[in-house]
Amino acid sequence: MKAEGIQAASWLLVALPLAGAAILLIGGKRTDKWGHLLGVAMSVASFGVGAAMFVQMLGYGAEERRRTVHLWDFIDVGSFTVGMDLLVDPLSISFVLLITGVGSLIHIYSIGYMSHDPDRRRFFAYLNLFVAAMLLLVLGGNYLILFLGWEGVGLASYLLIGFWQHKPTAATAAKKAFVVNRVGDIGLVLAISLMFATFGSIGFDQVLGEGAEHAGLASQLSTGTATAIGLLLLLGACGKSAQLPLQSWLLDAMEGPTPVSALIHAATMVTAGVYLIVRSAPIFEMSDTAQLVVTIVGAATLLAGAIIGCGKDDIKKALAGSTMSQIGYMHLAAGLGRTGYVFAIAHLIAHGFFKAGLFLGAGSVMHGMNDDVNMRRFGGVRGFMMITYATFGLGYLAIIGFPFLSGWFTKDGIIEAAYAKEGTSGIILGSCALIGAGITAYYMSRVMFMTFFGEKRWADDVHPHESPKVMTVPLMVLAIGSVFAGGFLVLGGFAEFLEPVVGKPEHEHHFAWLTAPGAATFVLMLIGAGIAWRQYGARPVPREQPAGSFLTVAARKDLYGDALNESLLMRPGQWLTRLAVWFDGRGVDGAVNGVAAGIGGTSGRIRRIQTGFARSYALSMVFGAAVIVAALLVVNVA
Amino acid sequence: MDLYVPIIVLGVLAFAFAAGSVAMAAVTGPKRWNRAKLEAYECGIEPTPQPVGGGRFPIKYYLTAMLFIVFDIEIIFLYPWAVAFDRLGIFGLVEMVLFILTVLVAYAYIWRRGGLEWD
Amino acid sequence: MTSHVSAALAPGGDIPAPHIEYGQIMPILLVLGVAVAGVLVEAFVGRTWRYTVQVPLAFLGLAGGFAWTIVLGLRDETHAVAAEGALGVDGPTLFLQGTILILALVSLLLIADRGTGSFAAQAAALPGSEAEQRTTAAGIIQTEVFPLLMFAVGGMLIFPASNDLLTMFVGLEVMSLPLYLLCGLARRRRLLSQEAAVKYFLLGSFSSAFFLYGIALLYGYAGSVKLGDIAAEAGRDAGSETLLLGGIALLALGLLFKLGAVPFHMWKPDVYQGAPTPITALMASCTLVSAFGAMLRVFFVAFENLTWEWRPAMWGVSIITMIAGAVIAITQTDIKRMLAYSSIAHAGFLLTGVIATSREGLSSTLFYLAAYGFTTVGAFAVVTTVRDAGGEAGHLSRWAGLGKRSPLIAGVFAFFLLAFAGIPLTSGFTGKFAVFKAAVEADATPLVVVGVISSAIAAFFYVRVIVVMFFSEPEADGPTVVVSPATAAAVVLGLAATVVLGVLPQPVLDLAGHAATQMFVR
Repeated sequence: MKAEGIQAASWLLVALPLAGAAILLIGGKRTDKWGHLLGVAMSVASFGVGAAMFVQMLGYGAEERRRTVHLWDFIDVGSFTVGMDLLVDPLSISFVLLITGVGSLIHIYSIGYMSHDPDRRRFFAYLNLFVAAMLLLVLGGNYLILFLGWEGVGLASYLLIGFWQHKPTAATAAKKAFVVNRVGDIGLVLAISLMFATFGSIGFDQVLGEGAEHAGLASQLSTGTATAIGLLLLLGACGKSAQLPLQSWLLDAMEGPTPVSALIHAATMVTAGVYLIVRSAPIFEMSDTAQLVVTIVGAATLLAGAIIGCGKDDIKKALAGSTMSQIGYMHLAAGLGRTGYVFAIAHLIAHGFFKAGLFLGAGSVMHGMNDDVNMRRFGGVRGFMMITYATFGLGYLAIIGFPFLSGWFTKDGIIEAAYAKEGTSGIILGSCALIGAGITAYYMSRVMFMTFFGEKRWADDVHPHESPKVMTVPLMVLAIGSVFAGGFLVLGGFAEFLEPVVGKPEHEHHFAWLTAPGAATFVLMLIGAGIAWRQYGARPVPREQPAGSFLTVAARKDLYGDALNESLLMRPGQWLTRLAVWFDGRGVDGAVNGVAAGIGGTSGRIRRIQTGFARSYALSMVFGAAVIVAALLVVNVA
Repeated sequence: MDLYVPIIVLGVLAFAFAAGSVAMAAVTGPKRWNRAKLEAYECGIEPTPQPVGGGRFPIKYYLTAMLFIVFDIEIIFLYPWAVAFDRLGIFGLVEMVLFILTVLVAYAYIWRRGGLEWD
Repeated sequence: MTSHVSAALAPGGDIPAPHIEYGQIMPILLVLGVAVAGVLVEAFVGRTWRYTVQVPLAFLGLAGGFAWTIVLGLRDETHAVAAEGALGVDGPTLFLQGTILILALVSLLLIADRGTGSFAAQAAALPGSEAEQRTTAAGIIQTEVFPLLMFAVGGMLIFPASNDLLTMFVGLEVMSLPLYLLCGLARRRRLLSQEAAVKYFLLGSFSSAFFLYGIALLYGYAGSVKLGDIAAEAGRDAGSETLLLGGIALLALGLLFKLGAVPFHMWKPDVYQGAPTPITALMASCTLVSAFGAMLRVFFVAFENLTWEWRPAMWGVSIITMIAGAVIAITQTDIKRMLAYSSIAHAGFLLTGVIATSREGLSSTLFYLAAYGFTTVGAFAVVTTVRDAGGEAGHLSRWAGLGKRSPLIAGVFAFFLLAFAGIPLTSGFTGKFAVFKAAVEADATPLVVVGVISSAIAAFFYVRVIVVMFFSEPEADGPTVVVSPATAAAVVLGLAATVVLGVLPQPVLDLAGHAATQMFVR
C-alpha cells in the first residue's frame, strides 16, 4: 500500500540528518560555533517525523500498517529494476523510534562530552551521517537500499572509531573494524546476488511478500537455496553485529569516543544483524538448518561475550563484551523463528535503552576521572556522582534481569522461548542462555562494585565530579527507559503490533509472572551477583591486575579471538605472500597484511617491466601483437 | 603465383644492381681522401656554421627540408586533378580551391611566424 | 565504389560529383574549420591578443559543434551514411560525438586556465636555457595549443564515425599528431614532458603501422575497406582465413593501443605523467571515448559475424588489462601515474561491454564512457589545483593531510576516487553495473568475476589515497591549493555529472539506450 500523509515524507527521516552532515562537513570551520546545535536539531527533527509517522500508523488497522514509498527508479537496466523504495511498517518504525530517540539523547549528551574537543563539529557531522545511514538501513524497501545503509553505517562507524586518529590504537581499531566488516559484507553481497539470481528481484515486496499474511517468492524456495541465502545473510549479520567468528573488532572499537560506543556499538548499529535476520524471516523459515545455525551462533556468542566481560578491567571493554553477549541473546531469539522474533526485537529495544545508559554512565564516570577507563583505579565513586550512580545502577539492574525491570521481561522471555524449542537443541540453547544470565549478573556486578563501591583507588590528581546537566539529563531519560521499556513492550501488546510483519507464532505465548526458567534465572542471577560481591565488594580490589586463572587470562585476551583470526586468516595470507615475494628478498612495505601485500608485491614486480625505454615498450607491443595474432590463428584455424 | 614472378625478378634485379654498383665502386674506385670529400655536402660549399665535432649540423636544414616536402607533396594531389579537371566539373574545382586554401593557411602561418627566415 | 572508378577510367565520361551531406557532418566541419581559423589567428593576430581571440573561438567551435550534434540527435532521422559512405551518422556516433565535444569543452576550461599555467611559454626554447627564462618571465603562453586542440578533437569526431577503414585511419592520425605535440608542451618538468611526447609519438607511429597493416590484410581479404563490405565478405565465409584473422588482430592492436589495453599500455603512465595535466585530462576522457567508439564500430559492424573468432583473444586482453591495471596501480607513488593505471583498468572494464556485442553492451559502454569521462576530467582538474613551488605536487606523499589543508578539494577528489572505485550513488557504480550486466547476459560471466575482483583490488589504492589525504599529518611545507574560476568550473561540472549519473542515471541510461536501438549504420 502506498504511504500517505507524513509517512509519504518518510524520506525526510534520512534527508534531515544527511543534510546536517553535509552542511557541517562542507561548511567547515565556519559552522564550528553552532555545528553541534544543528546536529542535535536534525536528529531531534528526525525523531519528530518518526513519532508523527508512528502516531499515524497507530491510526491504521493492523493490516494497513505496511506502507511503501517509491521515491525514484534507482537502477532500471533491462529486466533489472531497483527503486529508491522505503518501507514503513511496524518493524521499521520500531527501529526508527529507537534510532532517533536514543540517537537524539546521545547527541545531546555529546554536547557536554565533546565540549573540549576542537573537532566537535566534525564529530556531530559523523553522528548525523550515522543516523541517516542507519535510518536508510532500516527503512530500505529492498536489499540494495538496505545495503546502501549497511555500508553507510559501516563508513560512519569507521570514521567515528578512528575519530581520535592521532592515537595509533584508534586508527588501527578503525581499520580492523572496517576490514572485519568487509568480510561480513561479502556474505551480504553474495546473499543479495543469490537472491537476484533465484528470484530475479531483490525487493522486499517480491521476495518476502507484503506482510506475514501475503507470502512472497521466498515461500517457494528450495531448502538448499534457502539455507545458502540464510547462511550468507547470517555472515553479513555476524560482521555487523560482532557475532562469532567476526566478533573481534567490537572490543577494539571502544577506542572511539564514548557516545559513539553507546550509539553505534551498543544501541543501534550492532543490532542491524538482528534486524536483517528478522526482516528476512520468510527466508530463514524455509530452512531449519539456517535457523539452527543462527541460534548456535547466538548461544556461542552470548557465552563468549559474557566470559570476556568477566576478565576486562577496562570499563568500556567490559561493557563491550556485555554488548556482544546481549546481541547473542537477540540472535538466539531470532533463530528460534516466530516464537522468538518479538523477544529479539523487544530485547533489542530494551537493550538499546539500558546499554546506552550504561555506556553514557561509563562516559560520565570517565569524564570525572580524567578519562581513565581502568576500573582498578576507580572505586567508591558513588559519593561524588550521585546521578550517574543512580542511573547506572538502574541500567545495571535492568541488564542483569532484576524482576520487573526491562531486562527481566525481555531476557527471561528469550530464555523461556529457547526452552520451549522442541528437541534436545531447545534444552541446550535454553541452558546456555540461562548460564549466560548468571555470568551477566557476575560481570555486571563486578563492574558496579569496582566502579562505585569499595575504597578510593584513584590517583591524587583525579577529582571526581558530577557531569553537567546536558549529560545527566539524557542519563535520566535512558534510566527511565531501562526501568520501564521492557515491561511496556511485553505487557503493552508489542507482539500484536509486530504480528503483521513477523507472523503469528505457532503456539500462542502468554505472559506469566512466574515460570520455572524465570525462577532459575533469578536464582542464578543472585549467585552471580553474590560471587561478584565476595570477590570485589567484600574485599579490597588490587590496583594491579593479579595473575588470574587460565580462564581469566583467556577472557582478558578476548578468548584469543585475535590469535584465532591471526592463525586462520592473517598467517596463511602472510605465508602466501612470502611465497610470492620470496625470490624478491624484501618484504613489501613491511608486509602490511596478507593479501594486500601479496598484490603489492606482484605490483612492484610488474612495475619493473615499465622500464621507461620506448624500445622495450615497442618490444612488448610486438610481443603482444604476436600473441594476439597467434591466439586468433590457433583458436580458429587449427 | 605467376602474377608475382615479374615483380620478384624486378626486385632481384634492382637489388643486384645496387649491391653490384656499391661493390664495384669499392673495388675499382680510387681512394684519395681529402677534407672536402669528408664534408657533409660534397658541393664545395662549407656548411654554415661549421659543425661542432664534425658530425652535427643545424636543424635549419631539417626544417627547410621538411617545409619543402610538405609543400612539394601537394603537387601529387594537384596533378591528377589537372589531368581530369574538366571531367570533375565545378565540384572538383571548389574542392581543389578549398584544398589549396588550406595549404595556404599553413603557408601563411609559417611565413608570419618566421619559419622561412634563415636566421 | 568500383563502379565509380571504372566510370572514371572510361575516357571522356563525366566523373559524378560525390554527394556530401554537409548538415550531418557539420560538427566535424565546424571543429576543423575553427582549427584552421585558429592557425590564421596565430599567423596574423599580435601576440598579446592571441589568447583573447583563441579562447572564445575554440569555445564557440566546440559549443557550436555540440549544439549541432544535439539538433541532429533531436531530429532523430539520422541513421544514414554520409559523404559517400565514408562516415556513418547514427545514434551511437552522435552520442559519442556529443560526449567528446562536451568533455572537450570541460577540458578546454582547464587548458584555457591561465592561472594554472600548464603550458610552456615557448615550446621550442631549450629547457633550462636563457631563452626559456626570458619567455617565461614575459608571461606569454604558446597559444598554438588551441588550434592543436581543435584539430585533435576534429580527429576524435571522425574516428568513431568513420565507416571505412581508410577514413578511420585518417581520423586516427588527425587525432594523434596534435596530441603528440600537445604532450610536449608542459611548462614545468619540461624534459619529462618532451620525453613523454617522443615516446608517445614513436609508439603511436608504431601502432599506426600495425593498424595500417591490418587494413591492408583486410583489404586483401574482402577487396574493400568498407566495414559493411568486410562484414558481408566474412559472412560469405570465402577467402583466406589467415588474411582475415591477421587483419582482425592487427587492426585490434592499433585500437587497443589507443585505449591503453595491456600489453599495449606501456605508453600510458609515462605520457599521462609527462603531459601537461589539462592535456592528460583531454586524453583520458575524449581520446578514450573516441577510441572506444571506433572499437565498437569495427567490432559491431565489420566483425559482427566473427564474434566466435575474436572473442577468445579479446577475453584474454580484457582480463589481463583489468588485473594488470589494478595491480600495478597499487605501487604507484605519483598521482597522475596512478590515475593512468586506473584508466588502464577502466579500459579493461569497458572492454567487457564491447565483448558483449549486444545492444545492451553497446548502450552500457556508451553510458560508461560518458560517466567515466566526466569523472576523470574532474579528477585531473583537481590534480592541477594542488601545487607547490615546482608546479603540481604529483607525488602522493605531498598529498598527505590535504584533507586538513583544503577539506573541500580533498573531499571532491575523494568523491572522484570513490566513483572510480564504483561505489554506489556515484556514476562509476552505475556504469560498471551496466557493462557487467551486459557481459553476464552475453555469457561472459568469468569476465565479470575478474572484473569484480579487480575492482576490489582497485578500490584498495583509491582508498589508500583517501587515507593519505585525510588520515595523515600534513607536511610542514606541503603544497597549497590554488583554484582559479575556470578550473573550479571544470571540477564542478565533473562533480555534478558524477553525482547526477550516480543518483539519477536513468535519463542518460535511456539516452544511451535510445542511441543504441538501431545499432551502427553501415
